Amino acid sequence: MPKHGSFISRLGEHFKRYWQLWLMVTPAICFIGLFAYVPMYGVQLAFRDFVPSKGLAGGPWVGLKYFRQFLESPMFGNIMKNTISISLWTMVMGFIAPIILALLINQIGSTKVKGFVQTITYMPHFISTVVIVAMINIFLTPGTGLLGRFLGDTSLLGNPNLFTPIYWITEVWQHVGWNSIIYLAALSSVDTALYEAAKVDGARRFQLIRYVDIPTILPTCGILLILNMGSVLNVGFEKVFLMQNALNLSSSEVISTYTYKIGIVSNQFSYSTAIGLFNTLINFVFLVIANTISKRVSETSIF
Amino acid sequence: MTSTILQGSSGQPETSKISGNDIPWNKKTKQSKTLSDRIADGLIAVLVVAIILVVLYPLWFIVIASFSDPTKVAIGEVLTLPKGTNFTGYTKIFADSRIWTGYKNTLIYAFAGTALNMVVTLPAAFALSRSEFKPRRVIMFLFTFTMFFGGGLIPSYLLYKQIGILNSMWVFILPGAVSVYNLIIARSFFETSIPEELHDAAQIDGMSYIGYFVRIVLPLSSAIIAVIALYYFVGHWNDYFTGLIYIRDASKQPLQNVLQSILLANQTNSNSAGMTAVAAQRFAEQIKYGVIIVSTLPLLVMYPFLQKYFNKGVMIGAVKG
Repeated sequence: MPKHGSFISRLGEHFKRYWQLWLMVTPAICFIGLFAYVPMYGVQLAFRDFVPSKGLAGGPWVGLKYFRQFLESPMFGNIMKNTISISLWTMVMGFIAPIILALLINQIGSTKVKGFVQTITYMPHFISTVVIVAMINIFLTPGTGLLGRFLGDTSLLGNPNLFTPIYWITEVWQHVGWNSIIYLAALSSVDTALYEAAKVDGARRFQLIRYVDIPTILPTCGILLILNMGSVLNVGFEKVFLMQNALNLSSSEVISTYTYKIGIVSNQFSYSTAIGLFNTLINFVFLVIANTISKRVSETSIF
Repeated sequence: MTSTILQGSSGQPETSKISGNDIPWNKKTKQSKTLSDRIADGLIAVLVVAIILVVLYPLWFIVIASFSDPTKVAIGEVLTLPKGTNFTGYTKIFADSRIWTGYKNTLIYAFAGTALNMVVTLPAAFALSRSEFKPRRVIMFLFTFTMFFGGGLIPSYLLYKQIGILNSMWVFILPGAVSVYNLIIARSFFETSIPEELHDAAQIDGMSYIGYFVRIVLPLSSAIIAVIALYYFVGHWNDYFTGLIYIRDASKQPLQNVLQSILLANQTNSNSAGMTAVAAQRFAEQIKYGVIIVSTLPLLVMYPFLQKYFNKGVMIGAVKG
């Protein structure tokens, strides 16, 4: 590329050289532009009164009316409490469990056994949410269910106090194996000489884990923790929605299910958009905070 | 944004396959396994077996319960092996037209969707992997940004309505055409696993970018293609949200939404073949077990064949750029 020359001629030169790359990336740009950025533009709906005939950006400007409505709504406290408690439990447990599993699998000597354990533990990850929730239901049915028969006559899923534990335990069950892959990958990069050296120094198995394995995966843990923090309020809609019933609603109504009910079921488009935007903004704040802390502490960050 | 998480594994993912003998405590020649090592070995073995049982048993139970006598399942007699074997549940399932419609729809959506996913994602990932392509930083940033920030449910709903894909098969295929996450995985693969010398050689031969991509890069990328295709396919197969929100006609509903009505809303269609209410009730549970098998089987059959690629794929994906 010539250093001099007008902007236009440099641009021409660029396209002449790279038009094929542009051609290859353009479809993706179009799809992302249309399906990710146009809805972002539509976020202004949260600040306007929706008028169906005027579309995304029509309707009179109402400022923060809908945000105020949400914050002042009697549902607000409960929904926030549920969302935060479900997601924090899931995040913490879902973060720790794969690390432990990976450290454990890494200790297995035989490559075959290792592969077998991995194959088995990855499997549930591929089962759909509908099926997982159906399995939870079937197993917990009082009287006849595989687990339900031992757990009294009342339905566990109808008990508001148990919603969060059932949610995160099954979540860990389903994804622990899959999420451990990344740590196993990190562990595989440990220089075996390190083990030998530690052995010579008289390190025991658990000391090897403590002083070799754990420091190795720490940066990976950091990044994943940051990424998880970025979705601290994003409790998966599908699973909560499918597990919800009239009895456990007091502890299972979360922001995403509420957004769905307000928006799609009762057609309050602007109000629903405001709640969704509120959710996204809080996630973003968490992401930035986590990233800043991690940058200071361990020099790992995603931006 | 250039923090490499997994140093060392980026270049040659094969390093994951440390053979058992490389790890000091497995060296067969080493006679000096201390007592604490033996205790550790035992503890690990117990834990591993426990984990396998916890993961596998629920799945196994579904399988045996699906063709056991439902009464025996209900009173807890079926625990390790099927009892009172019968296939009534499966006969009912295959007689239920909703299952077939759902299956057909899901197959269409999943295959068409995955095809589009691949056609859009792979070339874009390749273009964005070329370091001499300066605009890639901006484009990448704009793509990554969408992973953390979005318009939300209602703006998307209104957009789909406006462009007329509500309640049509396109809503399953078009909006998810690119997953930024998969794009990053593919891009990292192209960056780290395809030697740059190949491009130099291709350039000397006068090959264009597209020629290089189609004739050299793609044939070398079967691992990543398999992984990404599987990710996308599973995503389409398990998609419940789209059917719930954007589809009104029962005839267009994919499998997951049909499953929801059978498994969770208890709309078992068992009266269709002239059963008494009591018998229908009896078989309702068995039908549920069978439906779970029938709907999950295709993925579980595919899975062992693709499993060898997973570690590779995820590892490459872990190298963020």
